Amino acid sequence: MPEAPANPMPEPQYATMEQQADTAAFGMWVFLATEILFFGGMLLAYTWLRASYPEGVAEAGRHTRIVIGSVNTLVLLTSSFTMAWAVHAAEHEQRRALVRLLAVTALLGLLFLGLKGYEYHTEWTEHLVPGLNFHEESAHAQAIELFYFLYFLLTGIHGIHVTIGIGLIVVMAVRARRGAFSSRYYTPVEVTGLYWHFVDIVWIFLYPLIYLVGRSGP
Amino acid sequence: MKAPPLPLLFTWAALLGLLAATLGLAYVPMPGPMNVVVALGISVAKALLVLALFMKLFRAPALTRAAAAAGLFWLAILFALSATDYLTRKVEHAGDLPAPTGREHQPGNR
Repeated sequence: MPEAPANPMPEPQYATMEQQADTAAFGMWVFLATEILFFGGMLLAYTWLRASYPEGVAEAGRHTRIVIGSVNTLVLLTSSFTMAWAVHAAEHEQRRALVRLLAVTALLGLLFLGLKGYEYHTEWTEHLVPGLNFHEESAHAQAIELFYFLYFLLTGIHGIHVTIGIGLIVVMAVRARRGAFSSRYYTPVEVTGLYWHFVDIVWIFLYPLIYLVGRSGP
Repeated sequence: MKAPPLPLLFTWAALLGLLAATLGLAYVPMPGPMNVVVALGISVAKALLVLALFMKLFRAPALTRAAAAAGLFWLAILFALSATDYLTRKVEHAGDLPAPTGREHQPGNR
């Protein structure tokens, strides 16, 4: 890919580079609005489950891996910080910093997925996977099974989003390394950042709903 | 590599502080639904920090803010209209109920 021109021109349908960048960001926000509803349906199912079987959900919540969940929250929050810092670096044409920060963000995403995979493994060995090997002796076994069904659905789809985000960030890092961006044109980095922050926000809500429920109980 | 911009650094620190707070408070028994209210309140605070300082939503054009607000608006409709159904059902759950079989009211099965 050639070096970015010092004075890039907008595509023909835009009057200015600013208008083009605003339109791209607007498109991502419209997509994110649909993503809110995509996760919203599953969160509604969770809300119903928790309202209907509060004790079963509390017991299930105490089964979850609080240490892995909390460390993963720390990892994703930190990755959002490095992503925001990367966008700042792009804006100020700090190319090396941009590439490094994107790489760190992608690595933090991989760390998140690795920890999540280890967590899934422990849940498999403890027979907590509904439909495959769920076995639970508790009086609330049915509600616990429903909780774990939603747990795998929510974290699984969130994990797919993290995977897509890592892919986008790696593409951005490669393009940044080749000099595709300048202070006048870094829209792809910014829009990728919006997506990554959204995935972080989804986790910000999943964390208390999955890991913190029932912790103050017996 | 230059130091990170201070607003971003402070946001990160605030997010980590809120994470520690929500983790600690989850173990404190509170009356009624206060545990989940506190936990989700802290989540909203964290989300607002990310929206405002990482995503720069409130400095975005009005149209962009409207798109974000529309997502939340329709989410509210989803929850509110569903609640008019589920929250008004008079079903008393005592632990885990058996799933309905559809044969409860057949003749000879009373």
